[in-house]
Amino acid sequence: MKEFIDGLIASNAFLQSVPVDLVYLAAMVTATVAVLLVVLTLFSGLGTYAERKVAGHMQDRLGPMRVGPHGILQFLADGIKLFLKEDIIPALADRKLFIIAPVVVFSASFASYVVVPWSDTLIVSDLNIGILYILSISSVAVIGIIMGGWASNNKWSLYGAMRAAAQIVSYEVPIALSIIAVILYTGSLSMQDIVEAQAGGLHKWFIFRNPFLFLGFFLYFIAGLAEVNRVPFDLPEAESELVSGYNTEYSGMRFAFFFMAEYANMFIVCAIGTTLFLGGWNGILPDPILPGVVWFMGKGLFLMFIMIWLRWTLPRLRVDQLMYVSWKVLLPLSFLVIFGSALWILL
Amino acid sequence: MNYLREIGQAVWTVLVGMKVTIGHLFVPAVTLQYPDVKWTTPERWRGRLHNNIDDCIGCQACSRICPVSCITIKAEKRGKDEEPVFTSEESGKKPRKLRVTQYDIDLSLCCFCGFCTEQCPTECLRMIPDYEFSVYDKKELVCSYAVEKSPEKISEKISEKEGEPEGSSG
Amino acid sequence: MKLQDDNIDLKSDEMILNMGPQHPSTHGVLRLILRTDGEVVNDVRPVIGYLHRCMEKHCENVTYITAVPYVDRLDYIAGMNNELGYALTVEKLAGIEVPERVQYIRVIMAELNRIASHLIAIGTYALDLGAVTLFLYTMRDRERIIDLFEEVAGGRLLFNYIRVGGLAHDLTPGWVDKANDFLEYFPPKITEYNDLFTYQKIFIERAANVGVLHPDVAVSYGVTGPNLRGSGVAWDIRKDEPYSGYEKFDFEVPIGRGEMGTVGDCWDRYYVRLRELEESVKILRQAIDQLPREGDVQSAMPTKTLKPPKGDIYYRVENPRGDLGFYIVSDGTPKPYRLKVRSPCFTAVSAIREMAVGWMIADLVAILGSLDIVLGEVDR
Repeated sequence: MKEFIDGLIASNAFLQSVPVDLVYLAAMVTATVAVLLVVLTLFSGLGTYAERKVAGHMQDRLGPMRVGPHGILQFLADGIKLFLKEDIIPALADRKLFIIAPVVVFSASFASYVVVPWSDTLIVSDLNIGILYILSISSVAVIGIIMGGWASNNKWSLYGAMRAAAQIVSYEVPIALSIIAVILYTGSLSMQDIVEAQAGGLHKWFIFRNPFLFLGFFLYFIAGLAEVNRVPFDLPEAESELVSGYNTEYSGMRFAFFFMAEYANMFIVCAIGTTLFLGGWNGILPDPILPGVVWFMGKGLFLMFIMIWLRWTLPRLRVDQLMYVSWKVLLPLSFLVIFGSALWILL
Repeated sequence: MNYLREIGQAVWTVLVGMKVTIGHLFVPAVTLQYPDVKWTTPERWRGRLHNNIDDCIGCQACSRICPVSCITIKAEKRGKDEEPVFTSEESGKKPRKLRVTQYDIDLSLCCFCGFCTEQCPTECLRMIPDYEFSVYDKKELVCSYAVEKSPEKISEKISEKEGEPEGSSG
Repeated sequence: MKLQDDNIDLKSDEMILNMGPQHPSTHGVLRLILRTDGEVVNDVRPVIGYLHRCMEKHCENVTYITAVPYVDRLDYIAGMNNELGYALTVEKLAGIEVPERVQYIRVIMAELNRIASHLIAIGTYALDLGAVTLFLYTMRDRERIIDLFEEVAGGRLLFNYIRVGGLAHDLTPGWVDKANDFLEYFPPKITEYNDLFTYQKIFIERAANVGVLHPDVAVSYGVTGPNLRGSGVAWDIRKDEPYSGYEKFDFEVPIGRGEMGTVGDCWDRYYVRLRELEESVKILRQAIDQLPREGDVQSAMPTKTLKPPKGDIYYRVENPRGDLGFYIVSDGTPKPYRLKVRSPCFTAVSAIREMAVGWMIADLVAILGSLDIVLGEVDR
């Protein structure tokens, strides 16, 4: 890789005038972005495929079967279809906001992939404020959603966007509180530190360290479901009530951005859940037989399967019930988790 | 403690529901992979209409009973000096006194009720198990079955003597 | 549609929202014009007529016998019950008595169709509220019933089977065994629905205490069927004015008792439909047991053109959605002079305002789903 960059610098006069470190930096950033983009697209695409297949089998049918063996290439077909669709912008829509909204939402979920610890060496950037970074970036997505709803010039979209904003903001609090309970143990916000604190076998995983953290994991998971707008909290995009909420006026690639962002977000929530509670890339025994990536992906995908399972089982909550669950159920229980964990550590 | 009871109930019912759905992951699918596998229609199945025109005696019972008037028939008496024509052996070799010059079924109007098939005395009009007859142009859904043409001289003579040839509106 | 007379200009933060004819959860082409204050609905005006097909006028141009396909298409989900109502009305007018075997087979078909229709009602209600899986389970079970119908009548949704004076064809050999197989297969499925959806806390939160229809209001609007029974009024035409042999069967009429909330809320209406599934299975078992083995199903069908005597008649039967009434005026010719249909969903749609005002838009969806309207019947 270094030789390739050196060769490129040698052949290009402009590049020779720029400091070498800057060129290296630009090359690394480009490469990382490219890899992450590929990873993200694969996750979103295979996420949609997995969802449809699991949904199909739970409903006594088969799901996609025609594109590729057992329908595995379905997400490519969907992607190509969305790519080739006409780009419709409603006449009275606010053009600039309309165009920027999906980009904002997608960038927010894309940017959170930077601190996901795939294994002990595979992490794009081990920021020492890892968890805080994730919390803040995921709030940027709310701006994108509100922009999308407002710019669509559609009452239904506006409703959906307002609901989504209220929901995401309310559920950030239980998530943050559950995370604090974990931080009490590690003392550091860095993702790799959190995973390393869980090394040494199943009993060291945070979910099993004390009963309050066990409850904390479930609180985190439920709040995480609400963050990504999944059933039972998917009122912002409820098909039967608002005709897809803030997504309604979007078609083609813009819609694909929203869609991919949702699945990418889903995986982020699962990944952070594994990192914080389920031991990250650690194995079950002190000596992990398989590489760390395999453990991490296995746990993350298991959590994703549970998210999909819940989607196809439960009906939807109404807005005020959603708010009730967040402020009156999850929040007091999160406080309980924090105080309980603190007491446990002291004793 | 109502609060805690409600939370407990919520969690319990969610788990029960999840158990039901996960059980279905291991049950074989009940669907057919349609274009590759087609199911066999039962005997009385009401598909598309088909008229075996060689057995048709032109009685127009079908077009009279049709609730939506989708069958258009023009039939005229054969001349006295023509060869008598009969229906096939299976339908009892009935004499075909009328020559059917127009027999159109407009499938876009047909409501597939099956009344016409019940009325047909020779059972030339049947409903066949065909359900894949989508077309791009609606005019292609008008199926014409008549093969005989009316000789012009004979039809002129009849219209002089007996008024307009029989026919029903479509 | 004018809202000016409601002084809309005075309120500054009300939004007029159009839940248009094309909407995934209005169960057909129903248009609802809502005046909302934030999320809360202040007024609902249903606009119907998008599915008007001039059925009553068409029926004046066809004979009594051939009007059956038109009647079929009224409430297209419960075809057998529509045909039964029409056939009984004309038979009463013309003084035709059908043999016993015909009566039993009609009851079997009507009850099977009641199960199929309630399965759709339950499934689509779950679909509106987000539980997609239940919808597919009910469709899977409904397929078994539709296969039974297909074998006997030739059609899956629109049957043209129950004719004036009898039936189109007799049952095929082996059909009764298949029907018995279905009756063995079905009751465990009701338990599955209960586990998955009925007692789900989230569903109870969505449906209990929502959209309460007080029994007096329901009766004054003329609401009938499971909607009325959900409010606690035990009125079922099969029990109170039995027809076609229903007096011989032993079954209960489930009514809403407010188990999970108030009497007359959405959960009660849903639960009445669920319980009616069990009652229909009971009736079917008895009917199949008592079915006479021989009998000509076409012996009472009119051989010449049917010309009922002059006069008029109103007769009603219990559709899965309420009481379906037929008013026929005859002037002695083979074609009816006037055929009027009294549709149960029409009154349910008119009562939406009583139930929906003061609730949120999401609740409106729950209320509509619990009413189980089919626009084919409302608009005819």
